[in-house]
Parts: sequence; C-alpha cells; structure tokens
Amino acid sequence: MNLSDYSVTRTSQSARVAAVLGAIGLIVLIAAPWWAGRADMRLMSELFLYLALASLWNLMAGYAGLVSVGQQAYVGFGGYMLFALTIFGGLHPIAAIVVAGLLGALIAIPAAVLIFRLRGAYFAIGTWVVAEVFRLSFAQVSALGGGSGSSLPVGIVKSLASGRSARESLSYWLALGSAVLVIASVYFFLRSRRGLALTAIRDNELAAGSLGIDIWRTKFAVYVVTAALTSLAGALIFLQKLRISPDAAFSVNDWTAFVIFIVVIGGIGTIEGPIIGTLIFFLLRETLADLGTIYLMVLGVVAIVVMLKAPKGVWGLIRARFDLQLFPLGYRVVRPTSKKDT
Amino acid sequence: MPDPLLQMTGLDAHYGDFQALYGVGMVVREGEVLAIIGANGAGKTTLMRSVTGLITNDAGQIRFKGQDISGLRADQVAELGLAMVPEGRQLFPSLTVEENLLIGAQTGRKGPWTLEAVNALFPILKERRAVPATALSGGQQQMVAIGRALMSNPELILFDEISLGLAPIIIRDIYAALPGIIGEGMSAIIVEQDISKALSVSGRVYCLQEGRVSLEGASATISREDISRAYFGIE
Amino acid sequence: MDWLNALIQGTLLGGLYALFAAGLSLIFGVMRLVNIAHGDLIVLAAYLGLVVTSAIGVHPILAMALVVPAMTLIGYALQRGLLNQTLGDDLLPPLLVTFGLSVILQNGLLEGFSADPQKLSAPGLETASVALGSISLGVLPLLTFGIAVAVIWGLQWTFYKTSLGRAFRAVSDNQDIAQLMGLNKRHIFGLAMALALAVTAVAGILLGLRTSFDPSSGGGRLIFGFEAVIIGGLGNLWGTLAGGVILGVAQTIGAKIDPGWQVLSGHIAFLVILAIRPQGLFPRMSG
Repeated sequence: MNLSDYSVTRTSQSARVAAVLGAIGLIVLIAAPWWAGRADMRLMSELFLYLALASLWNLMAGYAGLVSVGQQAYVGFGGYMLFALTIFGGLHPIAAIVVAGLLGALIAIPAAVLIFRLRGAYFAIGTWVVAEVFRLSFAQVSALGGGSGSSLPVGIVKSLASGRSARESLSYWLALGSAVLVIASVYFFLRSRRGLALTAIRDNELAAGSLGIDIWRTKFAVYVVTAALTSLAGALIFLQKLRISPDAAFSVNDWTAFVIFIVVIGGIGTIEGPIIGTLIFFLLRETLADLGTIYLMVLGVVAIVVMLKAPKGVWGLIRARFDLQLFPLGYRVVRPTSKKDT
Repeated sequence: MPDPLLQMTGLDAHYGDFQALYGVGMVVREGEVLAIIGANGAGKTTLMRSVTGLITNDAGQIRFKGQDISGLRADQVAELGLAMVPEGRQLFPSLTVEENLLIGAQTGRKGPWTLEAVNALFPILKERRAVPATALSGGQQQMVAIGRALMSNPELILFDEISLGLAPIIIRDIYAALPGIIGEGMSAIIVEQDISKALSVSGRVYCLQEGRVSLEGASATISREDISRAYFGIE
Repeated sequence: MDWLNALIQGTLLGGLYALFAAGLSLIFGVMRLVNIAHGDLIVLAAYLGLVVTSAIGVHPILAMALVVPAMTLIGYALQRGLLNQTLGDDLLPPLLVTFGLSVILQNGLLEGFSADPQKLSAPGLETASVALGSISLGVLPLLTFGIAVAVIWGLQWTFYKTSLGRAFRAVSDNQDIAQLMGLNKRHIFGLAMALALAVTAVAGILLGLRTSFDPSSGGGRLIFGFEAVIIGGLGNLWGTLAGGVILGVAQTIGAKIDPGWQVLSGHIAFLVILAIRPQGLFPRMSG
C-alpha cells in the first residue's frame, strides 16, 4: 500500500451528517414561536444563553488555558450597560445590547493588563477580584438603584416590539442568535491561524513558544473577545429578567459556577462539550431543582468525579467510543478502504 | 545460590509512544560494583528511574533483596536501602548544605554513615554547611549529592553520570574517592558515558544500546572492539 | 486623630487577613496548589466553633482546642483522599476540583445551618478595650493581631528550623528527588494541608468572633487572603503579614471616607500594587 493512497481531510462522515442535522435542528428552533409554549420558550432562551456563556468559558479555559472564576464581571457589566444605555442613553434595546458588547471589550482591556500579571491559578482569583470590583462599583451607582438594583421601565420593554408575543419571540430569537453567534465564532476562530496557534499553546506551551507564536497577545485577544461576547450575553440575560441588582448581576454561582459545571461535565476543550453539558445541566435542573441546596452539592460532586475520572467529560466518553467529531477542527488521515491492510 | 541483590528481568518502559526499554535484564550481586555504559538516549536514565521507582514499568520485574519492588513508590524503594546520586546532582536549592545531607537520612536507616562521617569524608561540606547548596562549586555539589545518598546507609547505591559537567581534575578526585566509599559493605551501579572511568572502578559492565542490553562482561577482560560495537551499534 | 485611629484599627484588622492568607501561602509554597475552597474552609471552621461553643458551652477561644485538631484532620484527609489526585502539570484539575469543593461546602453549610448570619459570642472579650491616649484599642483585635504574629512566627520556624519544614522545602524544590530520599510526597502534602487548615481553624474562630458570618462568606475571605499574599509577595510569610496590614489599612481608611467603600478600597489598593509592583512588595529573595 502506498502512502499516496492515504488522504488528509478535515471533514468526516459524522461531521457532514451533523451539519445537515444541525441545520434542520436550527430551522426547527427558529420556528419555535409557532410550536412551543411561552414557558418552553423562556426555558429554551435561558438554555441558549447558558450555552453561549459555557462555550465562551470553554474557549478561555479549554483552549487558551485562562481559567476564570470571574466571568460574572462581564455578565453583570453587560446587564447594567443594557439598563444604563436604554434608560439614560435612550438607545433602542437591541442597539444597547450591541454597544454593551463593545463596552465589555473596552473595559476588559485594562482589566486584562492587570490580571495577566498573575500566573496560572492566581489568575483565576484575580478575575474574581475584578468581578468584585465591578459589583461593588455598580452598588455605588445610585442612579441604577445602588445595592438594591432597578427594573427596566415598561416603556423600554415595549419599545422592543409591539405586542407581548412579538416581544417574546424576538427575545427568544436573540437568545438563540447569541448562542449560534458564539458557537460559530468559536468554531471559525479555532479553525483560523490564531485558533490553531491557541490549540498549539494548549498542547505544548514550550513548543508553541519556540514556533514564534505570540502567546501573550493571542491569550489577551481571547480574553477581550470573550469579555465582549459575555457582556452581550449578559445584556440579553437581563433583557429577559427585566430586573437587575448587583448581587444577581455579579453572582459567582449563577454565571460562573454553573457554567464551569456545564463545561466540565460536558467535556472541556471541545466545542461539543458545552452543548452536551448545557443539555445535561438543564435536564438535571428540571428534575432535581426541588432538592435546592442538595442539587447544588450533587452538581459539585458530579463535577469533581468527572474531572478526576473522565477529564474529557461526557463528550470525551462518547468520542472515545464512537470516534465522532461533529465540529471538524483537526485534520485526519483517512486510510483507503479499497485495499486490505497488510 | 542465594538471590542476587538486584535482579531485573524483561523490563519495558515507555514515554508516551516512545519505547525506551525493551526487555532489559540485569543482575547485581552483593558487594559488586557494576557499570552501565551506553550512548545518549540508550535508556540508561530510564533504567535508573525504573529501578528507583520513579517510573512504573509496562512489563518485567525488579527484585531487590529477593523482594519484588516493581510496584513500589520511590520512597518505599529508598527505605529498603537503595539510594541514588542523580544525574546533574539535583540538590535542593532551598536547603543548606547540611539540610541537603540531613534529607538523605530521612529513611531512618541506621549504619556507618552519619553527618559526622560524611563531614569527615568531605571536610569542606562541614565548613560550608550553612550556605545554600546551590551556591557551591560543581565539584562540591557533587560531594553533597554523594553524601546525601550515603546518609541513608544504602545497600545499593546508584551513581548516575557523576562526571557530567565537571572539570577533569574534579572527576579524577571523585573517582579516586569512590572505592573508599563503596568499600563499606555496599554494592554500586555506576552509569557513565565515560567508558574508561566506568571500567576502572567496576567489576562487571553492561552496555545499553537503543533500549536493549547489547553487551555484558567482566570490566577487566572486555575488549575495546566489543565495546565500541555494543556502544555505537556499528561493525 | 481619627485617621491615626483608622490606621491602627486597619493594622489590627490586617492580622486577621494575614491569618486568612497564611494557609493559602503555605499550600501554594509546598505544592503549587491554589485552593479555591480556602475561604469556605475558614467559614467551616467558624461553624465548627459555633457547634462546639453551643454544644459544650465553652468560650470560643477555648473551642479552638477542639476545632484546630478537627480541621487538621480534615486537612490531611482532604489532601490524601481528594486533592493529591489533582496534582500534576495541568492547572485545571486542582482549580476545578477545589471550586467544586467550594460549592459543596457552601451548600452543605446552607443545608446544615441555614442562610441566617451567625456569630460566635464571647461577652467580655468583644467589648473589652484598652485606652491608648485618646485611642481605644479593642482587646479582641489586639489579641487577633498577636495570634497572627505568633502563628506566622511559628510557621516560619516550622519551615526553616524543623525536619518537617525541611521536608516541605525539599518537596517544593523537586518532588522526584525528594521521593528518592524517602519522602512520600503524598504524605508530606497531607501534612502541609493539615497545617494550613490548623491555621485556618484559628482564622475561622477569630473571624466568627469579630463579625457575623453565613455560608456564603467564604468567597470574600478567599479574596482577602489572596490579596494579602500577592501584596506581600509570593513565598514570604512576613510579607504576607505586611500584605494583610496594607489591605486592612486600605479598608479602614476607605470606610472612613464612605462606609460603602470599605471592601472596594481594599481591592483598589490590591490592583494598584499589582499595577506598579506585580511581584509584590516583599518577594522571596532567590538563592
């Protein structure tokens, strides 16, 4: 058998099937306002927003090696910007969401300059300090309700679209759109030169450094872009909630702990992992939420067990068994099937 | 015939996809000084890491004093009386000279080697006992590394590339001191790239080539041609 | 005089923060582990103090006699049973496992004690004070600071004058070679965590005497301890005490300007030091 019989390809049968099924699934989801009930749409919106947050956290921790326990900084920041820009800036909510994302990137730059001075695990706690600074600062802004927070005025909510069901559909589509935007961004970023560099860093920082890749700048860019998209998701989250307060906006449990559990359980360092993890998380939540604190303890135990026993998560287990890759990132060598291996 | 002091049979070792050892078998008898020679990458260091328990082997067995030690951790192996002077000396930089020596006594094994005995062997170490170990010269650091290994009163001591990175005159001094050190009822394995040094102090020699034993014989009678064939793998 | 008072109160408060930080610093120094659950373990110790004082009615300070050994055992068991499995070249497992542990501890405490704030009460001690000119110094803050100095001195002594400390430093320098010398690193790490949680137990009781606490208090204590470590410089325990004092002073001065600014001004002081001196004020000298 000749070497030339082998071919190198990025795609695979399973990826093509996944693309087709994904497209059909997306159409079904877009059509949800015509087939799903109000409560289901709310739940799905929340699911999409968690999926967006989880995919972003996974990009940082799973690919760039930046473990943050402070992403609530940008969720809350995005939420507050939505309120501030619509209430005081007079912006249309959708414009405010976009601007919130841009401002998120802008404020992430000085934050990154500071916390990138901290190495490894101390970086993680540094991100938490930033989130705390944001929380305490917004609690000082009395125009936004100070420590007790404020609600989005009815007029602004109504300006989103006329009629309650139109507003609910739009808000659902925005959540779905943000998840699609985030996953597509992550996917195309990881296929780009910079993305490949990032994967190289993760796999071997020394080797990647010697290849002349500017590690610091790539990580910096990932941090800032992630902050922008997290702020955007945060704005959407609080557009759904219609009420914001510092404790809710900058909650480490809601916006970081759950997100970490989703990614760890689903499979860190894969695009598929956060998707599976989000589905598992919501499934568990809908069935076990009555248990309250016990549910959270179970989640913590499951995450620890997964981290120790199956560090690639549920998706890693699936992939080890079936050799699946739904988002074709790597190249693979395909052995010709016509001839027999000698 | 009694059990040999150390016996390795059929040792395999891998680093990821790379196989470093292929079915290596060796014997060290009580009171013997054994040399292991081989080129860079022949598997000498991997073999030392296997014997001392720093890596676990994929196949094969290591018996020390008749006991299977293949599955033991390095600290358990050390407690049985096996000590190593590691390649590159590897002193603890946060510890003083004396503290480095005292760490060697951590196993609690009793015997002739005490802090006083080591200081008598290398008087300079007593003089410089309070300075950080890595502030010493290369030769003095090697004395600390040897003293540290002796402090555990081992029955078998492994010297891994002790001449590496040292000036020739220092190497000569250290090799001159070796017989006196090993003489105290100890057995030793000397791993060396410097073949003549290794042969001069050992009774028997093994040569490793690409992870396999390529030659075994008595150090005094083995021929230069056989060695170079076994060492480089060329005819 | 008000400002001098704020300065002194802040310094004394810094002793408590140094106690939060000392365990964190010790663990990082020996095994490069950053324990996200550290703050929750401090709060756990405070709750253990509460259980002991209410069960047998002893003074909280005396309760340390039970809480310190309990936390020491918990530390050893936690390290051997769980955390040792996370150590290696990869940063993620220790971070994420201790993060999971933090969530488990918080919710476990919530389940056991509810979200109501609790406090350890020591009637005489809380209100007692000594006058120093026109400044009145609380006996409890003075005692806390004294204990902090004693604990840090004790840790320093353990680290540099005992065979245990020698083993800590050897394992920290080179795990493989330490193992070759007969040191079982898993056991040494267990002892390091045990010692760290013994300090944590003291910190938890003093925290409970000073302020009220609830199951969610841990995150804040972790951050204060972490800030003290970074301000002081990694690997220097006296530096950690200085870091705690700087943080405490920044907080009391901030609170004097506006009560809402207390914690925020501590964070700002930390960020300023990070910006101008990222290695901390007193990093360990090399060599």
